[in-house]
Amino acid sequence: MSFLSYLINGISLGSVYAIIALGYTMVYGIARMLNFAHGDIIMVGGYAAFYAMVNGGLSPILSVLIAMVICTVLGLLIERIAYKPLRSAPSLAVLITAIGVSYFLQNLALLLFGANTKTFQSVVTFGGISLAGGQLQLTGTTIVTIAACIIIVVGLSLYINKTRTGQAMLAVSEDRGAAQLMGINVNSTIAMTFAIGSALAAIAGCLLCSAYPSLNPYTGSMPGIKAFTAAVFGGIGSIPGAMVGGLLLGIIEILGRAYISSQLSDAIVFAVLIIILLVKPTGIFGKKIQEKV
Amino acid sequence: MKRMQKTTRSNFITYGIVIVGTILFQALDSAGMLSSLLSGLLVPLCYFMILAVSLNLVVGILGELSLGHAGFMCVGAFASAFFSKIMDGAMPDGLRFFLALLIGAALAGVFGILIGIPVLRLRGDYLAIVTLAFGEIIRNVVNVFYIGRDANGFHFSMKDAMSLNMDGGEIIVNGPQGINGTPRDSTFLISAILLLITLIIVLNLINSRSGRAIMSIRDDRIAAESIGINITKFKLMAFAISSALAGVAGVLYAHNLSTLAASSSNFGYNMSISILVFVVLGGIGSIRGSMIAAFILTLLPELLRSLSDYRMLIYAIVLIIMMLVNWSTSGRYMKEKIADWFRGLRKSGTKGVS
Amino acid sequence: MALLEVKNLGISFGGLRALNGFEVKIEKGQLYGLIGPNGAGKTTVFNLLTGVYKPTEGIIRLDGEDITRKKSIDISKAGIARTFQNIRLFKQLSVLDNVKAGLHNHYTYSTLEGILRLPRYFKVEKQMNERAMELLKVFGLENEADYKASNLPYGKQRKLEIARALATDPKLLLLDEPAAGMNPNETEELMDTIKFVQKQFQMTILLIEHDMKLVSGICEEVTVLNFGEILCQGETKTVLNDPQVIVAYLGE
Repeated sequence: MSFLSYLINGISLGSVYAIIALGYTMVYGIARMLNFAHGDIIMVGGYAAFYAMVNGGLSPILSVLIAMVICTVLGLLIERIAYKPLRSAPSLAVLITAIGVSYFLQNLALLLFGANTKTFQSVVTFGGISLAGGQLQLTGTTIVTIAACIIIVVGLSLYINKTRTGQAMLAVSEDRGAAQLMGINVNSTIAMTFAIGSALAAIAGCLLCSAYPSLNPYTGSMPGIKAFTAAVFGGIGSIPGAMVGGLLLGIIEILGRAYISSQLSDAIVFAVLIIILLVKPTGIFGKKIQEKV
Repeated sequence: MKRMQKTTRSNFITYGIVIVGTILFQALDSAGMLSSLLSGLLVPLCYFMILAVSLNLVVGILGELSLGHAGFMCVGAFASAFFSKIMDGAMPDGLRFFLALLIGAALAGVFGILIGIPVLRLRGDYLAIVTLAFGEIIRNVVNVFYIGRDANGFHFSMKDAMSLNMDGGEIIVNGPQGINGTPRDSTFLISAILLLITLIIVLNLINSRSGRAIMSIRDDRIAAESIGINITKFKLMAFAISSALAGVAGVLYAHNLSTLAASSSNFGYNMSISILVFVVLGGIGSIRGSMIAAFILTLLPELLRSLSDYRMLIYAIVLIIMMLVNWSTSGRYMKEKIADWFRGLRKSGTKGVS
Repeated sequence: MALLEVKNLGISFGGLRALNGFEVKIEKGQLYGLIGPNGAGKTTVFNLLTGVYKPTEGIIRLDGEDITRKKSIDISKAGIARTFQNIRLFKQLSVLDNVKAGLHNHYTYSTLEGILRLPRYFKVEKQMNERAMELLKVFGLENEADYKASNLPYGKQRKLEIARALATDPKLLLLDEPAAGMNPNETEELMDTIKFVQKQFQMTILLIEHDMKLVSGICEEVTVLNFGEILCQGETKTVLNDPQVIVAYLGE
């Protein structure tokens, strides 16, 4: 039975990666930039929920909502101040700016919250369920994480395919210039994308810290990189791709840690990424691009 | 010819800066006029400059974004430290360090080719994430190596020190603890000379037939192919030379401290990104620029040390502001305004004198 | 024997038939035109000849040598050079270096000789500079040798592309719409240059062009393509007066 419980842990971690990867993939698809600071928004979300619960004494659900609001505002601010002026700059310049923002958030958190690791209390209050006569334990956090991932993916797909702003996002990601000519407000569409991505990052932060309760200024960094990997894995810019990539990554990581080596689990994750990209150079769901001669 | 002299002169200015800087810092250091902090930074300054210059060969000259440069540094560091450790006392110190340098550079170069063959088929952001992945794999794998030596010879394990089954002897590579007691061979003078050699290799390469081929691939791959340039060969060449030079930086790193352990702060993707920041801020494709940027940005956090906790925050803000000033439309406009203002000032100044 | 001999060349992209049964014979020293409406498959022919696309069927022979399905780089070595419809220069390199890049396979020294600045480096670089300047002079670009290629005006960029192609010392030169975007005066000048290249280098040239004045002015023979098939082939005057060709161009 232990394999099954590893698998479920993998799906749970993968769900968190998937939620983060969705933010990455949307921002990449629409703003054409690698938002390296995305992982650090997760960390901010974690701290916001932590202080709301511990110091504010608020209920977990309210704390998550507050974290979402704070991260959304933060995401919009970052976009407005650091990224928007660089819309026509070379992509490498935008990447470096994003790295600067990432450093900024980490060091600001270091100043405000200290370097000490805080023990995060799970935002999920109900206990788990026990299956197969107690051999298989499902914690509340696991159940909520997987459920949240499913709801978010379905909701986001509906939003993008059924609403006007969602359609505008698709249009901007296809061809920014043409979208502008068709009367779509490109700036507000990109801002909207950042808002959604950051809110998702806040949720991911709370869920990640609920499952792995240590919170410090660098908490978001590695999951951020891995979620980016997941997005590339699935084909960057694709929403189902981000979900499949995230889940796959989480499962590989947990199974690798359990059956091969705990120190090598990251190496295994990255090795699988490399193999996938060599076989399918634009990821599982990525579109093939042909250069016109 | 005139144009040949122009690039040659520019290259010699770069070499001149390094030579003058070396003499200056060496003199200040031996006169005891550098703080112990600055004195300890001399070797790191050199290897950071080597890293920046070598990464610029891939990012600026070949035009591919690599986020795994620290991985090649890691290979050079561990290969050379291992060699120095087992050969300590077996040969003269100078020869041993020279061989360690060659081994570190060669192995990093070989890794560059091995990784380059699959990676260079990809493009853009995909290439970036795969180089990052390779860098992380190298660091992770190094951390599970256990190598010991006793009377029976070498023992190797990827599990823990216990499973080496040693009969006395000494553990040379101890997993996450890495290598202890590497001879500290990296002096400032050697490091500065290696920096100079790096510059000569890279600048001479750029201004040669092969360099032209590499840059033509960067500017237009299809056109380069149409005039008979072997894309794979020259991409790999740039990648391998860049990796080998990163390996040299790794050798200097390993022989600057007596302990060597691969952590996320020295060989992780964060280090690769820091090197990339040097390259971008120094001007992509500008070799002298990336050298100077590496120098200033390495010194900056240290000079800001009195601000203690705020220094990295200030560093981040400076980074963001520099990118905004350099690349945003309003930032460029402002820069021009300021330049105009200075020009006006100078004009009125000369008027006043005459 | 013809310098270029193409037999039954065809290619499909997925289910789309882009070129079907293309045949042509070009004699050494000939100036040959390839014309047809937009989307007729002209550039596809160029891409097949230079190995950018691999044909579904057919044979391409250059100077008797079968070059079908060879890689771009080997076709360049075999002796075909080209220019591109949407100019593809090495934008950040100097005008001189663009041409020197074209000399890559004819003036060689090793990478090590370059890095160590051995005597051979200086000798070969000097030869390269001289040869490149000669080529630039043919196109009146000698005074712009130090400019960045992207800073050249449009017409001169087209000329530089031809100079770079010639630097590879080809047997056959393919020009993809060399007069596109040029005004009548520039086109006139370009015609003289192409004629000059043909004579001076005894070059065989195959060109795609929409400007009928240029085609009728310099091409000895033409092939007309329409919907991926040959519509008409032969001496320029005869072909351009063919009623079928007029219909294809002007509609009924």
